[in-house]
Amino acid sequence: MNLPIAADAPQGFLSPTGIEIAFVLVGLVTLGAAVITVTTRQLVHAALWLVVALGGLAVEYLLLTAEFIAWVQVLIYVGSVVVLLLFGLMLTRAPIGRSPDADSGNRPVALAVALAAAGALVWVVVDAFRTQWIELDKPQGTTDVTGSILFRHWVLPFEALSVLLLAALVGAIVLSRKSKDEPDANGRQNRNGPKTPAAQKAPKDQKAPKAPNDQTGQTDQTDQTEGTR
Amino acid sequence: MNDALDVTLRLLVVFVVFLTFPLIIGQTEHKVMAHMQGRLGPMYAGGFHGWAQLVADGVKFAQKEDVVPADADRRVFQLAPAVALLPYLLVLLAIPIGPGEGAVGQVVDAGVFFVLAVMGVGVLGSLMAGWASANKFSLLGGLRTAAQLLAYELPMLLAAASVAMAAGTVSLPGIVDAFEWWWLPWQIVGAIVFFVAGLAELQRPPFDMPVADSEIIFGAYTEYTGLRFALFLLAEYAGIVVLCGLTTVLFLGGWHGPWGADGLGWVWTLLKTAVLAFVVIWLRVTYPRLREDQLQKLAWVLLVPLALAQIALTGIVKVAIN
Repeated sequence: MNLPIAADAPQGFLSPTGIEIAFVLVGLVTLGAAVITVTTRQLVHAALWLVVALGGLAVEYLLLTAEFIAWVQVLIYVGSVVVLLLFGLMLTRAPIGRSPDADSGNRPVALAVALAAAGALVWVVVDAFRTQWIELDKPQGTTDVTGSILFRHWVLPFEALSVLLLAALVGAIVLSRKSKDEPDANGRQNRNGPKTPAAQKAPKDQKAPKAPNDQTGQTDQTDQTEGTR
Repeated sequence: MNDALDVTLRLLVVFVVFLTFPLIIGQTEHKVMAHMQGRLGPMYAGGFHGWAQLVADGVKFAQKEDVVPADADRRVFQLAPAVALLPYLLVLLAIPIGPGEGAVGQVVDAGVFFVLAVMGVGVLGSLMAGWASANKFSLLGGLRTAAQLLAYELPMLLAAASVAMAAGTVSLPGIVDAFEWWWLPWQIVGAIVFFVAGLAELQRPPFDMPVADSEIIFGAYTEYTGLRFALFLLAEYAGIVVLCGLTTVLFLGGWHGPWGADGLGWVWTLLKTAVLAFVVIWLRVTYPRLREDQLQKLAWVLLVPLALAQIALTGIVKVAIN
């Protein structure tokens, strides 16, 4: 992305400005919140720490004067995605305190995938921008600029993304619709087929005793909602 | 003027507005409801017309013990009122009441997105309260809050997007600057959708299913007492100020009015906001509560299609004008 506003300049890293210091500090907070999100044993706390992480990211965008992106980040992720997450948690199981079963055997794999993804992203960004320097004195990421770049240079990816979202939407509707041959409302029989990850996990869930501190009196809804996600 | 002084002054003014306007609306609600429903209670305190009722309420709240349930998640429980209240303070910063730089706390480039995003964060407070109380009624209230927010955020955004399209900008002062009187009939559907969705987001009657006292006591706020409870109530009234101010700015032309001197635009803004706030109170005493399924149906079957139709209409007229 060759922004006309970005210029190669001889700025160094040894005399940071206030904004750069703030950027690093907020970045550390965001990183910390993200790490707590994936390591905490309290499910709802994880969702709330996710709010901190996503909000920190929005602040980073703000510091880079990408105001529009920052507010959209808050609107979509904090305002909608986290609310949806909390809704799902409260609908299924959201015990206060630690959930001993909130751990997965996939931890090492997840760590490896996360590190690989982070490495790839950092490498791509570093390789793409190298020593380009963006002047932050005047706002560079206003709605005007974002809009014209998005709809002049990046129309095709934008449209492709909207098709992808449409596909996800249709997929969600297909998954959440009940087919007629399902025996009962609990959907007990289709658990045996290894169709979805939720179905594969189901036998284990059935054996697990209900958590005593489970607020919602959690029933089979867990599996149903897992299937629809 | 000195820059730092200027900023401090603006923040101070916004803060004072934030502290007084919700209380004024609360007091008005007492009186309007008392008149409309023939209630005698709010008419006693202080003698003339029960003027001291609000003060009495404040003293009552301050005296009550601040209780945190034994099983509750203490930190989240205590944090929730602040999360519910602070976003409205931030939103007030961005609402312009008059033309020019002097009449807005802070000019935000993507103002529409800013206010809607930050208002959405406020609902997290209710969710946190509902979950952390360790009370099934609270949890049910939290669930209903979340379901309501998910349903009504979309039509609200779409209606705001329509007016942003019409104005060709997403900055709040920019939108009011571009306002012409014929926008009123042009955007009327969007205005109604926005106002109704906003009411639902604030959980005001007739959309108060999440705090339905006859079913789930007081929803997410059941376990709250004293000042923390008062903060939630304050958040509701601050929300009314913000919603009415936003509807005024986005759809009713803010400081534009049929007559009046140049310097008095802010009077129009305040007047329109006050009338809308009165409508909010009026709706509360007029309509019965909507059931949960009716709530969801209203949002998805009526408001979303209406908002989409409004966007299509806006687009067509916009292209035709150009």
